[in-house]
Amino acid sequence: MLDVEAQMPPPGEWKTPPFDPRFPNQNQTRNCYQNFLDYHRCLKTMNRRGKDTQPCEYYFRVFHSLCPISWTLGSLPSASPGAALDRADPAGNFPGQNLTAQLSAAPQ
Amino acid sequence: MAYPSQLGLQDATSPIMEELMNFHDHTLMIVFLISSLVLYVITLMLTTKLTHTSTMDAQEVETIWTILPAVILILIALPSLRILYMMDEINNPVLTVKTMGHQWYWSYEYTDYEDLWFDSYMIPTTDLKPGELRLLEVDNRVVLPMELPIRMLISSEDVLHSWAVPSLGLKTDAIKGRLNQATISSNRPGLFYGQCSEICGSNHSFMPIVLELVNLKYFENWSVSMV
Repeated sequence: MLDVEAQMPPPGEWKTPPFDPRFPNQNQTRNCYQNFLDYHRCLKTMNRRGKDTQPCEYYFRVFHSLCPISWTLGSLPSASPGAALDRADPAGNFPGQNLTAQLSAAPQ
Repeated sequence: MAYPSQLGLQDATSPIMEELMNFHDHTLMIVFLISSLVLYVITLMLTTKLTHTSTMDAQEVETIWTILPAVILILIALPSLRILYMMDEINNPVLTVKTMGHQWYWSYEYTDYEDLWFDSYMIPTTDLKPGELRLLEVDNRVVLPMELPIRMLISSEDVLHSWAVPSLGLKTDAIKGRLNQATISSNRPGLFYGQCSEICGSNHSFMPIVLELVNLKYFENWSVSMV
């Protein structure tokens, strides 16, 4: 009952963000920020194309697991991209204030 | 946990810490040998009536005491680098826990599934129950499953702090605006204590960390009860 196999969660379920080779080092700030951006970009693109936003949920789960709650101030899957951004750009020290401008200018 | 009159490191709770302890023993032995040798030679120098007033050079011994320290340094560097790379190995965590340092307490967030977060304050000395550890106990411990790799993400909401648990070989700075990653992998269940390791104001000494490593079933029940 105490062996490692019994401890592992059942396969196939969401566990936690996997190792991301783009961010192999100790500083995971960019990992959180990148997934946050990717989620909102995905939402924007899917909504613009009138498609289902379900594939964007992966990015949401990753940044939700990695980013401290105070950095995202409770971004919800259904929140519009502008909602959380002006309140709290990630980390408070990033040029996240320009996030709205970035999203508008992001490649479509 | 630390105990009175402790001289060495705390018992290892993770494989990395076991490696670090072995490395520490190895390096400390080299240090003791060199120090004893030097002390012995000094003693000899100070307690002899023999003199040699015409020393010009000493090529042989100069060669030896140049080569030998280089060899000793290599003998220290190789295990050190081995452990350094071992600490950086890719592992696939099953859980992510975030901790934010505040003045003067830690807060913990488990957001893989539901949003579970809580603050962890030190229990003041006047409120301790008999048998509890002074300046080390907290009101809400960090409950984690044992024998599984867990990703810890450490940051701060104000000044610099540092999240340290010596028996797991962990010490990671908590820096505002930065998210530092560490990996916890415990060999056994139990309570593991640590203290803030970066000066952060008047109560820097009074914001400890307590990990409660338990089996997975208990961890699942606990996290359900806490949400």
